[in-house]
Amino acid sequence: MKETRDPSQIRVVIGMSGGVDSSVAAYLLKQQGYDVIGIFMKNWDDTDENGVCTATEDYEDVIAVCNQIGIPYYAVNFEKQYWDKVFSYFLEEYKAGRTPNPDVMCNKEIKFKAFLEHAMALGADYLATGHYAQVEVRDGEVKMLRGNDENKDQTYFLNQLTQAQLEKVMFPIGHLPKPEVRKIAEEAGLATAKKKDSTGICFIGERNFKEFLSEYLPAQPGNMETFDGEVKGTHDGLMYYTLGQRHGLGIGGDGEPWFVLGKDLERNVLYVGQGFHHDKLYSDALTAVKMSFTSDQPKPEKFSATAKFRYRQTDSPVEVEMRADGTALITFAEPQRAITPGQAVVLYDGDVCLGGGTIDEVIKNNEKLTYVG
Amino acid sequence: MTAIYLDHAATTPMAKEVILAMTEAMTHVYGNASSIHTSGRAARKELDAARAALASSIQASPNEIIFTSGGTEADNMAIFGTAEARATEGKHIITTQIEHHAVLHACQQLEKQGFDVTYLPVDAQGVVSVEDVKNALRDDTILVTIMYGNNEVGSIQPIAEIGALLQEHPATFHTDAVQAYGMEELDVNALGVDLLSVSAHKINGPKGIGFLYQRQGTKLGNLLFGGSQEKKRRAGTENIPAALGFAKAVEVATQNRTENRKKYNSFKEILIKQFDEAKISYKVNGVRNGLPHVLNVSFAGTDVESFLINLDMAGVYVSSGSACTAGSIDPSHVLVAMFGEEAAELRSSVRFSFGQGLTEADILEAGKRTVAIVQRFVK
Repeated sequence: MKETRDPSQIRVVIGMSGGVDSSVAAYLLKQQGYDVIGIFMKNWDDTDENGVCTATEDYEDVIAVCNQIGIPYYAVNFEKQYWDKVFSYFLEEYKAGRTPNPDVMCNKEIKFKAFLEHAMALGADYLATGHYAQVEVRDGEVKMLRGNDENKDQTYFLNQLTQAQLEKVMFPIGHLPKPEVRKIAEEAGLATAKKKDSTGICFIGERNFKEFLSEYLPAQPGNMETFDGEVKGTHDGLMYYTLGQRHGLGIGGDGEPWFVLGKDLERNVLYVGQGFHHDKLYSDALTAVKMSFTSDQPKPEKFSATAKFRYRQTDSPVEVEMRADGTALITFAEPQRAITPGQAVVLYDGDVCLGGGTIDEVIKNNEKLTYVG
Repeated sequence: MTAIYLDHAATTPMAKEVILAMTEAMTHVYGNASSIHTSGRAARKELDAARAALASSIQASPNEIIFTSGGTEADNMAIFGTAEARATEGKHIITTQIEHHAVLHACQQLEKQGFDVTYLPVDAQGVVSVEDVKNALRDDTILVTIMYGNNEVGSIQPIAEIGALLQEHPATFHTDAVQAYGMEELDVNALGVDLLSVSAHKINGPKGIGFLYQRQGTKLGNLLFGGSQEKKRRAGTENIPAALGFAKAVEVATQNRTENRKKYNSFKEILIKQFDEAKISYKVNGVRNGLPHVLNVSFAGTDVESFLINLDMAGVYVSSGSACTAGSIDPSHVLVAMFGEEAAELRSSVRFSFGQGLTEADILEAGKRTVAIVQRFVK
C-alpha cells in the first residue's frame, strides 16, 4: 500500500481542465519526479453558432501548461458517457421535481470511473486530479480527508468514491490553501496562473441556468401559493426553483421576504411563505439512497457522525441508522433548514470523509414532508 | 526506445538534398524576384527554373503553375476562384464526401453564399463512381472537384475517366492531388484536369509552399490581391528558398518513385503478415492497391483514442481521422462515408503511412509493438 518505488517509476495520469488547480497539481507531480501524463477530458460539446467552443480554449491552456512543465498531453472524449450517465440523470431528477448534483455524478461515473479506466489502460499507477481533498493511509486503508483549505474542500463532491478508487487516486494540491496554489502557479510562470476560476456546472458554464434548462425540459408555468391556498403569483416552471430560495419570486408587499417552501408536482404549484426561518423549511431527519462509503470495513448499524447537506455548509452532528435495504435514516441533532431532495448528504468523522448518499425523503416529527419534492 | 514515424501522410521530414538546396538559396539568393536589378534577376532566374521543374513534373507549362502557401491555399483558390469567375454561368458544384477539409469546408462556405453543392458518396472501398458524377452533372454545374488519392485510406479516384466525361461538359475540373503527388505519376493532359493542387511538405519538401496548376485558359478569380506576382494571379513576394526546396523535393521523389512504390507496398504486406501471424482481428479499410504509402487498418476491440496514446507511448507515431477542435478525435468523415455513422471502424481505425528513411526493420518493429498493444486491449 505505501509506495516504495522511486517516483520516476510511477506513472501518474493527471486530469487537466485548463484551470489553475489542475495545472499546479501537474506541476507539483512533475517536481516530485513522477512519470506524469496530462489528459484533457472533453465531456460536453459547447460549440456555439459561431463555432466557438470554450473546451478548445481550455485545451489550448492545457497544451501551454504541459509544454511549460515538460510532460506529454492528450485529449480524450467522454461526451457520450457524460450524456448517458450524468446529463440524463440530471434531466430525470429535474423532471421528478428534485435538485440534482451533477458534479457528484460526474466524479462517480466519469472522472473516477471511465477516466480512471482510461488512465489504467495507459499503464498508469495513479490517477491525479486538482481537487481540494486529501488521501492518507491510516489503519491499513486509504482515508479521504477534507482539503486543507476549508473554503475549498471538495470532498462533498467526492463522497461516492470507494476504497478501490481511492487506492488509485492522488490529490496533489489538497494540502494547500488556494492562495498558495495561485502563488505556485505565478512563481512557476504557468500560463493559467491568472485564469479565472470556473463557476457553476461544467456544461452550463457562464450561461443563464434557466435558459439552459428550458432548452431541454419544457417549462410549465403555474401558480405560486401559500399553504393556505392564497395565490401569490405565477412561477415559470417548478424546475427553476429550489427549496429555501428567495430570489426571483417577484412577490412584493409588506412584511418579511418570501421564500420557496415546497412544490406540488401534480397541481404544478410552487409553495411560498414569508421569513427565512419559516417553520415549513425545517426538518429533523432525512432518508438517503445510493449510500456509499469510502471504507471497505464493516460499519455498525448505527453511528454518530457530522454531515453536510450542501456544499460549503458547516457540519452538523447527526445519528446515522443503516437500514437493511441499503438506505440510511439520518437524524439531526438540531433541526435543519431547506434540506433538498436530490442533493448529496455527506458524512464525516473529524477530518475523514466517510461517504454519503442522495437525499431522498425529508422528515419532520417522524413524518415525511410531502411538499418538498 | 527508438521512435518510428509512420505518419508521412500528415507531413514528412525534409530530405537532406532539400535542406541543402534551401540553405544555399537562403544564403545566396536573397533578391526579390520582382526587382529590376541584378540581384532581383538572379532570384527570378532561380524561381523560373524551379517553376519549370515543377511544371514538367505534371506535364504542364511553367505559366500554368501558381505558387501558393500550400495545399490548402491551392484548394481554396481552385474552389473560390472558380466560383467567383463562373458565378454568372451557374451555381452548382460537385464534390465527394471524402475530400480533405480544405475542399469540404471551402464548399460549405460557398453553400452559405448561395452555391449548391452535391457531395457524392463513395463505396466501401472509398471510391466514387463515374456514373454518379455523370448523373450529378447539370447544365449549371461550374465545378467538379474530386481528390486524386485519399489521404486517410489511400483510395485512388477515377480521375482520368471523370476527366474524359467532362470533355463533353463545360464545368471546370479540379483535383486535389496533395497526397498522390510524388507517389503517383500525374499527367494533367492524360487526366483531363483544369486545376490540380499539390503541396511540398508531403514529399519531403518544406512546409508553407505548394502550387495550383491552372490549365491555360481556365477562368479563375484571385484570393490574394497586391503585387503582380504569379502573373497577377497570386500577390505576395515569392518564397524563393521554399520554391527551390520544393523543386528539389520533386526531383528526389521522381527519381525514387519506382523504388519507393515497391518499398511501401512491401511495407504494407509486412504489417499485414504480422497481423495475420499474431492472429489479431483486423481489417484493411479501403483497397490494398491504393496509394502505396497509406495503410488504414481497424483493429476490433480497440478504442482509437486510447490506442493512439498507447502507440505514441510505445514510440509508434500514427494518426487517425481528423483532430477535433479540443484535440480529441472526431469520427473520420472518410470512414463515415465508407461505412456509415454507426460503424465499429469509426472507433478502431488507425492510419499507418510510410515515407523516406524507413527500413524494413522499422516496419517489423512497429508491427511488433502494434500487435502487443492490440493484444493488451482485447485480452
